[in-house]
Amino acid sequence: MELMVEILSFLFKRLIALLPVLLLVSLISFALFYLSPGDPAEILLTGPMGPPDPAAVEEFRQREGFSDPASVLYLRWLSNVVQGNLGYSYVSGERVSDAILEAFKPTAQLALISLMISLLISMPLGILSAVKRGSIIDGLGIACSLVGVSVPNFWLAYLLIILFSLRLDLLPVAGYGNGGDLAHLILPAVTLGISAAAVTSRIIRTSMLDSLEQDYITAARARGLSERSVVFKHALRNALLPVITVVGLNFTYLLNGSAVVETVFAWPGIGNLMTHSIFSRDYPVILGCMLFLSLLVLTMNLLTDICYYYLNPRLAHEEQN
Amino acid sequence: MKSKINLQLCLSTITISGLLMFAILAPWIAPHDPENAQPQMRLENPGGDYPLGTDHLGRCIFSRIIFGLRISLFIGLAVVAFSSLFGTILGGAAGYFGGVLDEVVMRLVDAFLSFPSIFLALAVIGFLGSGLNNLMLSLILVEWTGYSRLARSSVLSLKGKEFLEAARSLGGSDFYIMSRHILPNVLPPVLVMATLSVGYAILGIASLSFLGLGVQPPTPEWGSMMNDARPFLRSHPLMMIFPGMAITITVLAFHLLGDGIREKLNPRSMNEKQL
Repeated sequence: MELMVEILSFLFKRLIALLPVLLLVSLISFALFYLSPGDPAEILLTGPMGPPDPAAVEEFRQREGFSDPASVLYLRWLSNVVQGNLGYSYVSGERVSDAILEAFKPTAQLALISLMISLLISMPLGILSAVKRGSIIDGLGIACSLVGVSVPNFWLAYLLIILFSLRLDLLPVAGYGNGGDLAHLILPAVTLGISAAAVTSRIIRTSMLDSLEQDYITAARARGLSERSVVFKHALRNALLPVITVVGLNFTYLLNGSAVVETVFAWPGIGNLMTHSIFSRDYPVILGCMLFLSLLVLTMNLLTDICYYYLNPRLAHEEQN
Repeated sequence: MKSKINLQLCLSTITISGLLMFAILAPWIAPHDPENAQPQMRLENPGGDYPLGTDHLGRCIFSRIIFGLRISLFIGLAVVAFSSLFGTILGGAAGYFGGVLDEVVMRLVDAFLSFPSIFLALAVIGFLGSGLNNLMLSLILVEWTGYSRLARSSVLSLKGKEFLEAARSLGGSDFYIMSRHILPNVLPPVLVMATLSVGYAILGIASLSFLGLGVQPPTPEWGSMMNDARPFLRSHPLMMIFPGMAITITVLAFHLLGDGIREKLNPRSMNEKQL
């Protein structure tokens, strides 16, 4: 009960602290939008018939209030955003929020599966490297993770496509298939999973090494516990705390990777939406994606902090004092 | 353990020196003009006049990779130089002066970090347009935050140390203290981070160019070469494979160097998460 109250007050404090960050996020996003060289009125009115009539553009600007000073534009936009109105796509006329939510499902699907793949690879690799520190396995593990973070993920994607789709003809080259079925999901998920595992295994190794050096590990060894029990019961349990951070971090990493990998696999997620919107100069969608992703990352960070706090209140106390 | 680290440092230093040589001597090493299209020689297999074959316009892939190295290294190093300078000054000042400045800079860092990096870069290019300047600007806006946090925490860890008190009581100005006492302590971790981020900058350039939003054709750049190779994946997979290998080797060399220096300086001094 007491812990619950503590967590709630912790959450409340964090949320208050987020307000200035959110304000800056909106300012940065709007500034980029405002600095864009194209005139929104002109883009909106340019149809298949060619450039619009200058008088029509002027009339439209007046009517839609595009001629107001930047600060007025910003405040008007912000008040819309706070009410959940991200505007309408220049291209499809669809509500931006609808387009983003629609694209988020495939991205989340992909991120979840790749997160699992990345943990399946990196957990055993990281733990083994730490336990066998300095051995050939450790060296190999480090080498793999260094190569892994150096390989461009879109290249890895094409290598997998060349091998599994073109040579072995086992999996489809690209596409979303039937609502993102397994056959279509495997290659993009493995691509992202491997890239993320390269980062994760290194962090797990470090945190496991820290954990293995603690006094209670020496004590456990001194009590004559088997190495197996020392590693899995004592060291791993404490090493798992940073892993929570890693999962949160991984999520951002996977989001990042999705920008390019989704394009390679024609996966209809946020990354794909973003690149398409850039090419069609669909500014409201780009702006909406920025805000949405930033909010998503901040929420994930908050959740990570709460998990951390819940699992190890001692740390949070130290932080406060 | 020690000898292994040195081997890593040696190997990466040699590789990077080699790459730099290749980049500088590109016009003499490359057998062909990287932008010279020879339609009758399109999609040739490796061998003969063309060590790595030709692309869909009949341009020498080997020459394009060599000149692409120039672009990647030049932009990558420029991005790292600007972002580390900018980030370190801002973060260092925030840590040194504290107060409102600290609060503002750190919230700004938080805000920038809340955008997934490649999406921030994409948004900058999406709004401001593609091209070399905006490509660099977008990557600088992504990278500066890490240096700010690092510089700030290094400065904070020095605060209250006796040698700073001593320098101040002897009448040292802020500028004197910062340049003579703080900078030498902040520099090593910043340099490690800079070395590591050259690799990430090169990956960023390649990713954005691959999407068609970075270096524009016909300039030879690895990411855009891979974009060119997409329609020929089935018939000419090597066109995709070679530029990717070039990226991997270059990025790996910088990662090995950064990693090696970090281990050598102080294996525990920095949180891997930060980098």
